[in-house]
Amino acid sequence: MEELQLKNLYDNFRDGDTIKAFAKIIAEDAKKLKKPINIMEVCGGHTHTIMKFGLPQLLPKNVNFIHGPGCPVCIMPKERIDHAYVLSMQENVILVTLGDMIKVPGSNGSLQDARAKGADVRFVYSPIECIKIAQDNPDKTVIFFAIGFETTTPMTAVLVDQVIKSKISNILFHINHVTVPEVMVELIDSRDVHVDSYNNEIDAFLGPSHVSVIAGSKIYDKFPKDYGRPVVVTGFEPVDAMEGISMIVKQFVEKRCELEVQYKRVVNHDGNLKAQDLINTYFEKMSLFRWRGLGNVPDSGLKLKDEYEKYDAEKIYKSVLPIAEIEDHKLCICGDILRGMAKPQECTIFGTACKPTTPIGSCMVSSEGACAAYYKYGNLI
Amino acid sequence: MTKTITIAHGNGGEENNELIKKVFYKHFENDILSKSEDAAVIENGKLAFTTDSFTVSPLFFPGGDIGKLAVCGTCNDLAMMGAKPKYMTCSVIIEEGFPTRDLEKIVKSMKKELDINGAIVVSGDTKVVPRGSVDKLFINTTGIGEIEYKGISASHLKEGMSIFVSRDVGTHGATIFAAREGIELESKLQTDCASLYPEVKKLIDSGIEIIALRDATRGGVSAVLNEWAKSSDVCIEVVEESIPVQEEVRGICEMLGFEAVDLANEGTYVLCVPKKDEAKALEVLQETHKTSTLIATVSEQYKGRVLLNSSWGTKRFLDLPTGELLPRIC
Repeated sequence: MEELQLKNLYDNFRDGDTIKAFAKIIAEDAKKLKKPINIMEVCGGHTHTIMKFGLPQLLPKNVNFIHGPGCPVCIMPKERIDHAYVLSMQENVILVTLGDMIKVPGSNGSLQDARAKGADVRFVYSPIECIKIAQDNPDKTVIFFAIGFETTTPMTAVLVDQVIKSKISNILFHINHVTVPEVMVELIDSRDVHVDSYNNEIDAFLGPSHVSVIAGSKIYDKFPKDYGRPVVVTGFEPVDAMEGISMIVKQFVEKRCELEVQYKRVVNHDGNLKAQDLINTYFEKMSLFRWRGLGNVPDSGLKLKDEYEKYDAEKIYKSVLPIAEIEDHKLCICGDILRGMAKPQECTIFGTACKPTTPIGSCMVSSEGACAAYYKYGNLI
Repeated sequence: MTKTITIAHGNGGEENNELIKKVFYKHFENDILSKSEDAAVIENGKLAFTTDSFTVSPLFFPGGDIGKLAVCGTCNDLAMMGAKPKYMTCSVIIEEGFPTRDLEKIVKSMKKELDINGAIVVSGDTKVVPRGSVDKLFINTTGIGEIEYKGISASHLKEGMSIFVSRDVGTHGATIFAAREGIELESKLQTDCASLYPEVKKLIDSGIEIIALRDATRGGVSAVLNEWAKSSDVCIEVVEESIPVQEEVRGICEMLGFEAVDLANEGTYVLCVPKKDEAKALEVLQETHKTSTLIATVSEQYKGRVLLNSSWGTKRFLDLPTGELLPRIC
């Protein structure tokens, strides 16, 4: 058998002719639509694909995108970013986290700023690297500041598992894992307290494939059934995204409302049961998790189970961690953007006061946020 | 400007430019400096003069080390102004406890690279500082070169001209990132770190007209193209598919969420020539690197901007890289 190379995973999925062919199919089908449709791509990775590859330039005017809240860094409320900052400034602490989290400003600054002030802040690609850092620094406490959706939760669970089984005494956890379906329900269901009325504009969802690799497509069963919204679980390459969009448009034309999987090459209905088991062993639902721009969303966050509280930095450092909720800048409209009620360009501070180098709102902080994607790629639309 | 300097201010992109403009240019301003070329052209166009400091982790990496980098970096800046590197200085700041054997290994590799350029070190300085004051070893080199081809400039690009890269891009950045603590990807990649004077000499000797020449170090090819577009007030239209990237570099970029055009190179340059010399330039470039290719043409569609054209008919601007390079989360 020929060896599978990394390029096999993306090469054909960026083929210009295939992308154009899907654009043609979508354009033909869209002519039959009775009214325009708004598709929410839940995940920041999809927002990135859509913008980077210029897909809106290929789509008819009656197929629109609403950019969802699926960017783990963007949705972190400022008080939690402050937790990371405060923890990194504790004596003998090495704060470890993933990528973009380093850049997000809290009320005292970002972890980058903390590092400039002398804090030991490191980023890893895989959380398991924490074990090496802890072994190399036996006199320090390594705090893993865990972020992300279903996709990254298993990696944290594996680290928790290893720490407990190998009796590693100098790794603690600050858990900020969140889940996709709960926030989707929130986006469909909730009323906006600011305007005291709420008509969301979401007609269908593009589900992130990597979330379903772990959690299965089953997490979306209820959306077509109970909420009347079709979901297509879709991959992240441009050909994938175009096929996913075309499947959604077809559902509307054929008056279907179903859960479908475009990313059949990996995703099944049940997902990775082993990973789910590991997550359920160590984590449980938090009754409320506050999302930046969206507010409290029931059952959308995870925490370490009480029996593992001796590994929980949020409990151990409780006395130094700020608890007051911090609101975003009053000119920031990220909440409306995440609800599909506004586009980034409609914000008065977009691209002026709020830029990737000096982000004010949640959607600008990570490269996967909607505003950041518009800032970087959207200037020709 | 932010109140404190962060890693992002050294990225070769937007924050870096801000730091240079708002702190250094503000006080040092003069006609030569404000040209902002790879090397200053002095003495009525006879000499090129430049300096660069080097810090890299790890010090030894596949295909090179900090010593090779320290000579290539400065000599290449001279070569990019059409100059032959001649005289150099070498200053080192060494952390207490640094192994002498490693230091000698580094100096030997500097000497080897000096020979390739035909340059000599004529002055130097050493400082040793207490443990923790620097990360192992910092090197500064300053170089003077004799200009052999006059008039190379970032501000002379005109509509219709052709832009090449001298080889596949992003290799150095990807190599270093893969070797970094916390990433540790297994890869066979080697840095592209190399002295470019011999290649530039070939271009000069071939008789083609060289409009602009710049090595794509920090900030990568994106930074070079953006600087040229701004300096010359033209639009640079890139055919995205044509940008040569090694499979392994592409793989690392896909995994970590980087763009190869944003990654640093240490032996890759961008060349602009008039349309009439396009074929000849490609022939000369490909004698050294088969992967060298035409990637862009100069137009006036969006002045001051770099435009990427995809094979499926969409367009987007390619901007300067911003922020610290961080791997994607998922």
